Amino acid sequence: MVMPQIKEVVDVPGAQEADNAVVARGISKTYGSVEALKNLTLEFPRGQLTSLLGPSGCGKTTLLKIIAGLLQPTAGEVEVNGKPVTGPGSDRAFVFQDFALLPWANVLRNAAFGLELRGVAKSEREAIAEKYIAEVGLKGFEKAYPHELSGGMRQRVGLARALAVDADVLLMDEPFSAVDEQTRRKFQEDLLNLVKHENKTFIFVTHSIEEAVYVSDQIAILLPRPSRVSEIIRPADLRHKNVDNIRRDPEYLDIVDSIWASLRSYVE
Amino acid sequence: MVRRSFWLKIVSALVLFGAWQVAGMIPVSYAFPTFLESMSALARMAADGTLFTAYLETLRPLVVGVAISAFLGIGLGLWIGLSSRFDWLFSPIFIVMQAAPLAALIPLLVMAYGIGLTSKVFVVCIMAMPVIVLNTAGAVRNTPASLKEMGRSFLASDPEIIVKIIVPAASPVIFSGLRLGVSAGFIGAVLAELKITPTGVGDIITYSRSIADYPAMYAAIFSIILLAVLFLNLLERLEVYLFEGNVRGYASD
Repeated sequence: MVMPQIKEVVDVPGAQEADNAVVARGISKTYGSVEALKNLTLEFPRGQLTSLLGPSGCGKTTLLKIIAGLLQPTAGEVEVNGKPVTGPGSDRAFVFQDFALLPWANVLRNAAFGLELRGVAKSEREAIAEKYIAEVGLKGFEKAYPHELSGGMRQRVGLARALAVDADVLLMDEPFSAVDEQTRRKFQEDLLNLVKHENKTFIFVTHSIEEAVYVSDQIAILLPRPSRVSEIIRPADLRHKNVDNIRRDPEYLDIVDSIWASLRSYVE
Repeated sequence: MVRRSFWLKIVSALVLFGAWQVAGMIPVSYAFPTFLESMSALARMAADGTLFTAYLETLRPLVVGVAISAFLGIGLGLWIGLSSRFDWLFSPIFIVMQAAPLAALIPLLVMAYGIGLTSKVFVVCIMAMPVIVLNTAGAVRNTPASLKEMGRSFLASDPEIIVKIIVPAASPVIFSGLRLGVSAGFIGAVLAELKITPTGVGDIITYSRSIADYPAMYAAIFSIILLAVLFLNLLERLEVYLFEGNVRGYASD
């Protein structure tokens, strides 16, 4: 197997490097004899969207769940806002690949569920949930049940639930992989707006190169066997361009190509 | 929609009772009364009160047994589903209980607990409990992992995960276990009255058969089936009331 050439494609030194919302230091995770992650260190700048991109089996979801506090690392530690992570916390909210909505609860209760678990009073949490349901574009569906919604609409409910708890860090585990292509494009545009207007840090797991380059401020490319961060790409100039033009921007195309060049040897 | 299913129910009942009436008129057997004869026997027994005193007797072991099976069964099922150690400890008991030939065990129960209420409650429980326990345990064990993970990531405590996620997620299967368990409980209650001491509805069935009053015998059997169906419908109402989102269209209603 030919090892890919490891290089920095675009790097803007000095820009907001001091302020990291999340820092993962020396993370290792083993399942029995299988090494899912090995001594992985990565920083997530505040207010930006960082993608974890890589072929399947590279441990990107494992890393996300360790940051969420759902899994304990075998070694190393994660800090969120300077505090070490010991378990799930109110500073992080999770968006699930399979939506993880309660099928017996309507949209309103699902969106308010995070607040319900935090003990927020019913009228208050429903008012907050209604606001975010409208924000994700589901106004009028408050009384609908998940099985009555399309996949894309279900993920919007999952997003509203994560936004409603007002966490600093939003962890998204392949959130758009279960929705169709056109819905996904709309989601990606909405996500860019969200990053711009909500003052939150986004950590976004994806296996789509185009999606990662389109939505990210920073892309961490993870490679398997043993799992590690192979390079960090910052498509900095794309962020200031019009969203409608990103997909035919030469820089966008170059980055997509170079990522594929480094990943292709790992895809069987 | 509700309209149409209502009329379908009426039509299917009419077809069934019509077939019964015709079969009784042929007659398929000397011991098989027509539908109308059975209904008039039912009306007669309802009018002179024998039916109600009989049910007062039959409902006692039935209600006690079903209540014990439901509460204990769901409780044990939750426990078994949540802890592999208790699964290992208790599951075999209920699997054996479900497979055991109950009629053959009744003499043992009578020797141990006499011919009173206790034995009959036991029979109802042995019939009703295993399916409730095993269904509940299976449903709890199969709660989608991502729902539990979702609960944890949004800071649910362990009791909250059980009450707000695991139990509602398991509720469709728990309720189907309850429905099966309750119908088995009805069978158990009648079986107990036929096998242990003839009381209540079992007494009407045994006595009517011995004096060849077949309409009364079939009326008693019909009444217990009717009661079971009504009770199962009530259970379904309860499920819909508790977990509205579970409704994806049941066969009835």
